[in-house]
Amino acid sequence: MTLAERVLDGDIRAAARLMRDIDDRMKSAVTELKALYPHTGNAYILGLTGPPGAGKSTLVDQIVAAYRKKDLLVGVVAIDPTSPFTGGAILGDRIRMNRHAEDPGVFIRSLATRGALGGMSRSTMDVVNVMDAMGMDVVIVETVGVGQDEVDIVSTAHTTAVVMVPGLGDDIQAIKAGILEIGDVFVVNKADREGAERTARELTTMLEMKHPEPGAWLPHVVRTEGARGVGIEELVEEFEAHRAYLKTSGHLQRLIEERNAKLFADTLRDELFDTVFGAIRDNGRYQEILKGLRERSTDPYSAVEQVLAAHAFS
Amino acid sequence: MAERRLRVLVGKPGLDGHDRGAKIIARAFRDAGFEVIYTGLHQTPEQIVAASIQEDVDLIALSILSGAHNTLLPAVYSNLKEKGAEDIMLMAGGVIPEDDIPGLKAAGIAEIFTPGTSTEVIVDWVRTNVHPRA
Repeated sequence: MTLAERVLDGDIRAAARLMRDIDDRMKSAVTELKALYPHTGNAYILGLTGPPGAGKSTLVDQIVAAYRKKDLLVGVVAIDPTSPFTGGAILGDRIRMNRHAEDPGVFIRSLATRGALGGMSRSTMDVVNVMDAMGMDVVIVETVGVGQDEVDIVSTAHTTAVVMVPGLGDDIQAIKAGILEIGDVFVVNKADREGAERTARELTTMLEMKHPEPGAWLPHVVRTEGARGVGIEELVEEFEAHRAYLKTSGHLQRLIEERNAKLFADTLRDELFDTVFGAIRDNGRYQEILKGLRERSTDPYSAVEQVLAAHAFS
Repeated sequence: MAERRLRVLVGKPGLDGHDRGAKIIARAFRDAGFEVIYTGLHQTPEQIVAASIQEDVDLIALSILSGAHNTLLPAVYSNLKEKGAEDIMLMAGGVIPEDDIPGLKAAGIAEIFTPGTSTEVIVDWVRTNVHPRA
């Protein structure tokens, strides 16, 4: 049986192995992903993003528990940073959620960014697709702790939740570009801390300034205490409300279109680069270009034009 | 471009709450270029094995200082076997008497490191003995 067939058959090891092959960029993974693709498109994809230490992993743990109570199958993709110096990584998101490790209705996978920016890993979408094909009803993607404009999560998730905590700065931080524009749901976690009330109020004020079109989704601010499970029910209700809105407003179709287009564009970009770069490296053209650059007899712009014009890759 | 990267789960089975050693090892592995999944304190053998399978790791590195190594370490191995995952290698470190080591090795633990071992020695052992599974 192929890996894809075993994944569809419910084989956990096969799924885990395929995710590894995807992450390690094995050619064989592409064949398996092709076979799985017709079985995707059913999962509800939920993204959680926010600064480091906001409590994202603890919230994910609670959200998993809440969806399990509804008897839904849950996948989690948790992303942590790769060291730009050694290529190594410590993936620690599982610490907060490993109580679900033995639950056969939960599959958790940690991914390292491996040099990708935007708070995600290149493999995220494909790994989500594997979980989707495994039959997960909900797939939760937890991004790296992000700063201000690492917002790639919006093109992956159906619902994006931005997790904030009290005390991170004044309201001007919140009206800068980026994080305030991507949230469908805003969470003020660690709501027992001083200043939580104020953070929630400021956020609400900022969000109300947006003057949405009639019928558009108005993001709400939900207060939670992840560690004690306070506010989780309300949070999940808010997710479900947004999901229902996506369906009735026709917005879902638009999101799916965007997601498809992004997966295609990302795959094309990667494949083109790998193909062209692999070809010129193997036929010696790359060494010539480096030599030309060293001697200043060519420049990077002309070199790329020449490579493309010569169809060195076809 | 295709490149296998070593994935290691660092775990603390059982009840002792001393995770300094586990964190030092996790960091040394990170600096060696491995991807380390750290699962935190108080893990049961079943949790460790389930996480290792989902994470598709090549090696499980367990830190144990409670004295329960003769029970917990073989339990991890037999659980791996039960799940058909004994191709994942198992190593351990901690306060483990020399006399217990042969028995643990016979029970499926590939290597055991005792206090005073430098992180270089451990990283070298991993580089020599553990390879990303094809």
